[in-house]
Amino acid sequence: MSSGGTRTTGAAPRVRHAIGYVILCLIALAFMAPLIYMVATSLKPESETFTTPPTLWGSALRWQNYTDVFSYLPFARFILNGVLVAAVGTAINVTVAALSGYAFSRLRWRGRNVVFLLFLATLMIPQDVLVIPMYVMMQDLGWVDTVQALIIPWAFTALGAFLLRQFFLTVPQELDDAARVDGAGTVRTFLNVMVPLARPTLAVLAVFTFISYWNSFLWPLVIVNDVNARATIPLGLQAFFGQQGNEWSLVMAASVISMLPTVIILVLLQKHLVRGIVTSGLGGR
Amino acid sequence: MTAVTTQQAAPAEEEVVTVKVAAPGTAIAVDEEPEARRPAEVGRRSWWGAAFAAPHSIGLALFTVVPIVASLVVSFMNWPMIGGHTWTGLENYRRLFDDPIFWVVVRNTAEYVILYVPLNLVVSLGLAAWLTPRIRHRHIFRVLFFIPTITPLVANVVVWRMLYQPDGLIDATLQSTLGEHAPNFLADDTWAMFAVVAMSVWAGFGYNMLIFSAALDAVPDSQIEAAQLDGASAWRTFWHVKFPAISPSIFFATMMTLITSFQVFTQPFLLTKGGPGTETETLVQYIYNTGFQNQQLGLASAGAWVLFVIILGITAVQFLGQKRWVHYE
Repeated sequence: MSSGGTRTTGAAPRVRHAIGYVILCLIALAFMAPLIYMVATSLKPESETFTTPPTLWGSALRWQNYTDVFSYLPFARFILNGVLVAAVGTAINVTVAALSGYAFSRLRWRGRNVVFLLFLATLMIPQDVLVIPMYVMMQDLGWVDTVQALIIPWAFTALGAFLLRQFFLTVPQELDDAARVDGAGTVRTFLNVMVPLARPTLAVLAVFTFISYWNSFLWPLVIVNDVNARATIPLGLQAFFGQQGNEWSLVMAASVISMLPTVIILVLLQKHLVRGIVTSGLGGR
Repeated sequence: MTAVTTQQAAPAEEEVVTVKVAAPGTAIAVDEEPEARRPAEVGRRSWWGAAFAAPHSIGLALFTVVPIVASLVVSFMNWPMIGGHTWTGLENYRRLFDDPIFWVVVRNTAEYVILYVPLNLVVSLGLAAWLTPRIRHRHIFRVLFFIPTITPLVANVVVWRMLYQPDGLIDATLQSTLGEHAPNFLADDTWAMFAVVAMSVWAGFGYNMLIFSAALDAVPDSQIEAAQLDGASAWRTFWHVKFPAISPSIFFATMMTLITSFQVFTQPFLLTKGGPGTETETLVQYIYNTGFQNQQLGLASAGAWVLFVIILGITAVQFLGQKRWVHYE
């Protein structure tokens, strides 16, 4: 049967490989089960969310849940808040990081190494440790329960500076020199030569910053009092989920919606995300 | 975002990729800068540099350096959320260490860390080793395993509540197959912590898996082929060639996972509220309760500093251990 008869290579490893692959698929399926169950439940009529024996699909696909969720909780507001907070925070972080990354890599100035070491040191401080003093600070500023309190405190994290510095160190010096010959000053060189070159790195930083704002939970929980007006999605989900008499199908629909933006980013930009994680430890939990 | 797809061929691309052979994070260092390359123009550029770094530096000083120093000061004061503050020296730390609940949450947190970190590492390393480039559609598997890591943790926890609770998916499945009730996972003394850990591993291992997967891809084929020519099995090749080669990544991932797992909050807070009793209450939840439920910010700051010292300790171990433990080429 086997063509040569010298050795029985071919068939046996291939079968083993196929079995292994099937097992891998089963593991992946088991892993996905909670997410599949979430999507399935989000489409069930509420009366069928808990049944014994459990069913995957309800008697009908109730797409209406996805519109009902917007009247069940102020979900449009949560999405809007989430997008606003994440977008503004990301814009600030990427801008200051591009500038400081450039300063730490291509410009020479007194105190550069000391300041850079301080930047490094701040990376060791976890957000959870900062929450209490940050809250006291927000009290002093009168920022408790405001949008800016959700954005500003975390817009200056240092990681972006390292990412950008790392990038700018790889740009050939000749490009600066050429720009200088053309009469460009420091600012023009930065804006017209460096920033366009750094666009992929800036995008990676932007994506991770956006996601970390989008998913943030502890700080909104601490700083937001008026959940209906100022909550971002995780806090809003939590607040309504904590109530008695959960509408599970609607909460699941809300969860699905909250995951969509990051899942879409993940699918579209996976290569860049992987690079960001692997080269710089971005996005760690 | 279109920039990402169009700028693929930027000159930095290959440079960045070579960095990944070392552990992530170790790429960050104050080191070989092109200073030697540019002796001139020091005078003209000296204040531009400071100006470019100013926005980030000022922001970081205001919103990280000032708060961290302030929190140390606050930890030595009686600082109720509303009302006056008085200096009390080490009183907060004494109260903290005299509080039996504090030691319970320290033990709970340690229990969580001891269960979570090895499980996370084993699962992520196992799957990363399995997902070799020979596996068809490996990028799809990678994406799937990464979904809970990158989506809002709150949303993921909400689903797991549905799985764990009485008449939830697990209980209903057991009832209809074995005719038995499952334990009430989230309200049961023995099960609650395991339930929190299982959910957390599910939600968290994708990150380390990606790191290990990328590190394994960077192991030179020549080394693997040499081992295979020597007749080494896949198992031996993994332990004697690949594992040592990726040890920097494993070390880095272990330390990062340790640090983040000491800060666990969202999963127990939303699954069990720290219960039953205080069975799954963690250090961060204790800090949160002390600060924002009991409104004692001084005491909460002292708790936060205990956490911070633990994390600094791990960071120090990482820093010292890196040279000793890890194989760099």
